[in-house]
Amino acid sequence: MSEAIAYYPGCSGLGTSKEYDASTRAVCRTLGLDLVDIPDWSCCGSTPAHTKDHVLSAALSARNLQLVSGMGIASAATPCPSCLTNLRTANHRMEAPAMAEKVNKLLDAPYAGGVEAISVLQALVEKVGLDEIKAAVRTPLTGLKVACYYGCIMNRPPELMAFDDCENPMAMDNVLSAMGATVVPFPLKVECCGASYGIPRQDIVARLTGKLLDVAKSVGADMVAVACPLCQMNLDLRQGQVNRALGTNFRIPVPYFTQLMGVALNVADEELGFGQLCIDPRPVLNKALSGADAQAKGA
Amino acid sequence: MRIGVFICHCGSNIEGTVDTATVAKASLDFPEVVYATDTMYACSEPGQDGIIQAIKDKNLTGVVVASCTPRMHEPTFRRAVERAGLNRYMFEMANIREHVSWIGKDREANTNKSVDLVRIAIEKLRRDAPLSPSKFSINKRVMVIGGGVAGIQAALDCADGGLQVVLVERESSIGGKMAKLDKTFPTVDCSSCILGPKMVDVAQHENITLHAYSEVDAIGGYVGNFQVQVKKKATYVDWTLCTGCGACMEKCPSKKNPDRFNEKIGPCTSINIPFPQAIPKKAVIDPTTCRQFVKGKCGVCAKVCPTGAIKYDMADEIVTEDVGAIVAATGYDLFDISKVTEYGGGRYPDVITGLQYERLLSASGPTGGHIKRPSDGKEPKNVVFIQCVGSRDKSLDRPYCSGFCCMYTAKQAILTKDHIPDSQSYVFYMDIRSPGKMYDEFTRRAMEEYGARYIRGRVAMVYPKDGKMIVRGADTLAGTQVEVEADLVVLAAGAEAAVGAPKLAEKLRISYDKYGFFMESHPKLKPVETNTAGVYLAGSCQGPKDIPQSVGQGSAAAAKVLALFSKDMLESDPQISRVDIKRCVGCGKCIITCPFKAIKEVEFRGQKKAEVIETVCQGCGLCTSTCPQGAIQLSHFTDNQILAEVNALCQS
Ligand SMILES: Cc1cc2nc3c(=O)[nH]c(=O)nc-3n(C[C@H](O)[C@H](O)[C@H](O)COP(=O)(O)OP(=O)(O)OC[C@H]3O[C@@H](n4cnc5c(N)ncnc54)[C@H](O)[C@@H]3O)c2cc1C
Ligand code: SF4
Ligand code: SF4
Repeated sequence: MSEAIAYYPGCSGLGTSKEYDASTRAVCRTLGLDLVDIPDWSCCGSTPAHTKDHVLSAALSARNLQLVSGMGIASAATPCPSCLTNLRTANHRMEAPAMAEKVNKLLDAPYAGGVEAISVLQALVEKVGLDEIKAAVRTPLTGLKVACYYGCIMNRPPELMAFDDCENPMAMDNVLSAMGATVVPFPLKVECCGASYGIPRQDIVARLTGKLLDVAKSVGADMVAVACPLCQMNLDLRQGQVNRALGTNFRIPVPYFTQLMGVALNVADEELGFGQLCIDPRPVLNKALSGADAQAKGA
Repeated sequence: MRIGVFICHCGSNIEGTVDTATVAKASLDFPEVVYATDTMYACSEPGQDGIIQAIKDKNLTGVVVASCTPRMHEPTFRRAVERAGLNRYMFEMANIREHVSWIGKDREANTNKSVDLVRIAIEKLRRDAPLSPSKFSINKRVMVIGGGVAGIQAALDCADGGLQVVLVERESSIGGKMAKLDKTFPTVDCSSCILGPKMVDVAQHENITLHAYSEVDAIGGYVGNFQVQVKKKATYVDWTLCTGCGACMEKCPSKKNPDRFNEKIGPCTSINIPFPQAIPKKAVIDPTTCRQFVKGKCGVCAKVCPTGAIKYDMADEIVTEDVGAIVAATGYDLFDISKVTEYGGGRYPDVITGLQYERLLSASGPTGGHIKRPSDGKEPKNVVFIQCVGSRDKSLDRPYCSGFCCMYTAKQAILTKDHIPDSQSYVFYMDIRSPGKMYDEFTRRAMEEYGARYIRGRVAMVYPKDGKMIVRGADTLAGTQVEVEADLVVLAAGAEAAVGAPKLAEKLRISYDKYGFFMESHPKLKPVETNTAGVYLAGSCQGPKDIPQSVGQGSAAAAKVLALFSKDMLESDPQISRVDIKRCVGCGKCIITCPFKAIKEVEFRGQKKAEVIETVCQGCGLCTSTCPQGAIQLSHFTDNQILAEVNALCQS
């Protein structure tokens, strides 16, 4: 139904965020969004490459964009905001001819630009559209209170990412409320979770992630939906560390927004990979849904 | 022709890098030059006397002065040659200061260039013809558009000076923003107590006609003789009958509409008088919320109105006012705080604008002068003020300073302490700008006597948590992050051009800047004039201004109008286009081209011809380059003169 989009899972999609990758594929398939794998794709360079060398970083990303261009496809979607930043930065940097020349020297085949990199979230909103997403809902997430957490780089810097409001993004909120969930106004949507400080400075992550969880709880969220593998890891895997450091006892599930969409679209449970999260959202999810169900029957 | 040439030293401004004596000597070789000299300050009294003396002694019939820009002293020298008996247009200027001495250091090259410029001026002068202005009568009525404090002041001063004044205000009452303020800096006196009497004076002055709830629809004509179409918007209340008793407001069942006068923090009825001191104190129905209009039934106000003033079938009405001058005083509006998404204005009820806070402070406001925060009506203890929201911020395309926010924030911090003695105010600021009489002392008082905590730094975000607003920002003096738990956050929203200002400017044929503020004729020397004769500016429509400045400008604009009207006849500038009727083929291209609508089509012996309306033509010359026949010529800048100038330059 819609145009084909190249799909760039990113390295974490094969490792720490397999469930994000799997649920993304399943949801897009259900919605008729044709994701085409990029043969022989490689790492975007991630954080190490661009902290060291801009040309190298651009080349690592551009290699993938070049492959997409060879497939005759004009846009590539990635679930990972960090990959997205690298892909878009490569496109942006290579607009300067001098930079393009240096980068192309490192590539097997030169990349001439023209492939737009977008997030899976953006692809869903723009290529499928909220109306169609809404029409495909089979099990509305009625009664579920979700805080949408975008992380700090999904929409920033705004000049580069060029999607949604950079301080108060609404795309995920809109998608999940189309799924029937109650989206709570979460004021820390774009606050940093501590990112890769989880390794050298756990205290920083404990403080920042702790604040996110605290505010999510105070606005009445049952769970925090995320769109970034690193955020997911800090909020979910490190929730125990946060509790120990701050003396709190949070137990808030942190699913990917695509997993929640999968539930609403009746995607088979095996494809959604809830078991791979540290805090399994299903009990809370089922409770919220059955509560709403009972209420509907009672009324 | 007998030409005299005067080369000015301008002290050392010109003489420093131009050998003026050599320029004078070289001038003697040019055609028809009979006298040339250098002079210390041509514009000074001895300098002018020297020119006059030379005209008389040498029988000069034309004069060239090589000095500064004509924008500076052309009128000075024109008057001088006129005093000596010459026509004022038998004079040319060569700009050897801005165009030569100030921009180049090479004395020899500068001297040569000056000689060239003098030669060009001489060639133009040789083709000048004496011109005389024609006279026309003026209509000594003045229109003031906008009834804020600036417009009120301009209207009162003009009316006191004996002029008939037409004041046009688009809201149902005059008063502007000042009517919404509680107290005013730096004296903290009550705003409505000082503005109210002026508003009453407007209502009672026999020379002032007030069109409230009205807007300017179209403007034709020119200085001395404008015709302005004023649209009187339908109020659905016959104001000749309405006594302002307010019975309708008490009984109107549609009570929950956002009150624009209270900056939408309180409700109002569909039929409304905005505030008790309104001038005129008349009711207006808002048809977008009134049940009679929305649902087709109600009619309560018509039943209760003791004078039968309600007229649901009223329509807009256009009246034409003939005036000789116009003062634009349309003020400013506020930056939309919801654009700064990180502060949550528009999303969080307890993040409000400074003007909303004024309404909370005001005894006639929606809370009766008790500070209650919008979300739950509680009295706030910690109030955070954030300055420069939509000011001095390139990322929001608002690089300019709004001027008055530092001062009103200090005022509001003081008033907060007065209202709630156990409260604490925090002010996040970038710099404190308070360069007025008693102004810096005032901001100091807020800090020292009233204990407001000033934190130098920007706020990164504001978010709600457990009934508080968490304000997180930087303290750049301490080099730390700060978080304040606030009960209420007040944003000093910057000033923007009034809604619709560019449209009005186009009707007035005046320029406006990138942000919609009206452009004055000269930023220093003509601050209330515009480039359209007979149109003046007052108050913050020209750029953000506080009350003293706005009032000062209102009086200044009135003085300009009174000076203009002190004559019975006006002289029109003769440097305008004229049509050679024999050459004109009536194609009409010039009519379309003229930005001032100064050319009209006429019938001449059965043929279409163009005709320039003398008083409207601004002498811009666009038509002359449009005319395929060369039939339109701009006097004093004819094609022949310009070609002669080019020739002179190419010969050298
Ligand atoms: C929160 C706050 C507090 C302030 N406190 C102080 C203070 O304490 N002391 C101080 O000196 N200054 C203060 N100021 C500044 C003060 O408001 C201005 O200096 C003053 O209002 C400027 O007057 P004005 O007549 O130029 O413009 P406005 O007050 O804006 O009046 C313009 C008028 O023109 C009307 N209008 C607009 N467009 C049209 C149109 N097209 N046709 C017809 N009418 C039109 C408007 O309805 C309005 O009535 C404060 C400002 C703010 C925002
Ligand atoms: S007719 Fe309209 S304005 Fe009059 S009372 Fe009814 S709702 Fe109010
Ligand atoms: S452009 Fe020239 S020819 Fe045409 S109407 Fe104007 S004056 Fe006449």
